[in-house]
Amino acid sequence: MRVVILGCGRVGAYLANMLAEAGHQVTVIDKNSLAFNRLGADFPGKTVVGTGIDEDVLRRAGIEQADAFVAVTNGDNTNMMSAQVAREIFGVKRVICRVYDPLRGELYRTLGLETICSTTWAANRIRELLEG
Amino acid sequence: MYIIVVGGGKVGYYLTKSLLEAGHEVLVIEKDVHKSARLMDELGALVLQGDGCDVAAMSQAGMSRADLVVAVTGDDEDNLVVCQVAKHKFNVPRTIARINNPKNEKIFRILGIDSTVSSTELILSQIEQEIPSRSLVHLMTLRNVGVSFIEMEVPPDSPALGRPLRDLGIPDDCILPLIVRGGSQAIIPYGDTILEAGDQVIAVTSEKSEEKIRQIVYG
Repeated sequence: MRVVILGCGRVGAYLANMLAEAGHQVTVIDKNSLAFNRLGADFPGKTVVGTGIDEDVLRRAGIEQADAFVAVTNGDNTNMMSAQVAREIFGVKRVICRVYDPLRGELYRTLGLETICSTTWAANRIRELLEG
Repeated sequence: MYIIVVGGGKVGYYLTKSLLEAGHEVLVIEKDVHKSARLMDELGALVLQGDGCDVAAMSQAGMSRADLVVAVTGDDEDNLVVCQVAKHKFNVPRTIARINNPKNEKIFRILGIDSTVSSTELILSQIEQEIPSRSLVHLMTLRNVGVSFIEMEVPPDSPALGRPLRDLGIPDDCILPLIVRGGSQAIIPYGDTILEAGDQVIAVTSEKSEEKIRQIVYG
């Protein structure tokens, strides 16, 4: 599978390495080139510096051939906009978007975007652990 | 009209003042605490400090009774989300977004934002008009229907010279309603009209045929 990941923070870098190890073709985009240090020296995938809401940057990352796009920057709006660009402009089949704000996540889910809200996910999990 | 302006920078500030002068009810939402405090000094209760993309702040602003939402922050992604949340969560009838990257116009349109304004694009179109290059000048674009009004000056070496219009292969979704010759003579062209060097040609064309008509006139 060819996957483009936007955002090379903890989640993005971890996911990129995990997918690359499993044999997938991974390209990571981040606006800060220093962020790619998180990938480690052995990362076999590609890296692209730029902002993920820019069509030209997404094109350079090979979005036109991508099977999946994942948006995991620390900005909810950047994630939601780039996910929609990937889906509507480039027709990427599988688009997943991480958001922090539960309300916005809920709304975009009703608009048909596959969103993961890490806030509600973590809170629910912690509650489960506490209540046994 | 009740108008909510999101983004209290220079654009938001002057927009709010102008709308107030025009007699509208206006509320401006600004995230930055210092900026919003400065705005409050002048505009008082018409300023709400908060994140304009945040559903709670939007409820507090009375978004559901707004007639119009204008998103003018400096970030395209924020402006998009403001307008989408306003439309889909609060059923605001009309949304206008400022965009910085002119290429984002298309995605905003696809995603249902009613109007976009791009200062980058406006300045570019001014430059196009100023420099006597071979590019065509956009007079007006009707975004909803994907049609542009453009103006071209026929160059001395144009491949379109000497043949009637009907033989030039002009696409079906492009018409030439007006030719201005010698700067003063208006010609309503027919199929047998022949272009001359220096003619100002006005064309109404679909976006996809723009490049084709450019090739016909400029080669």
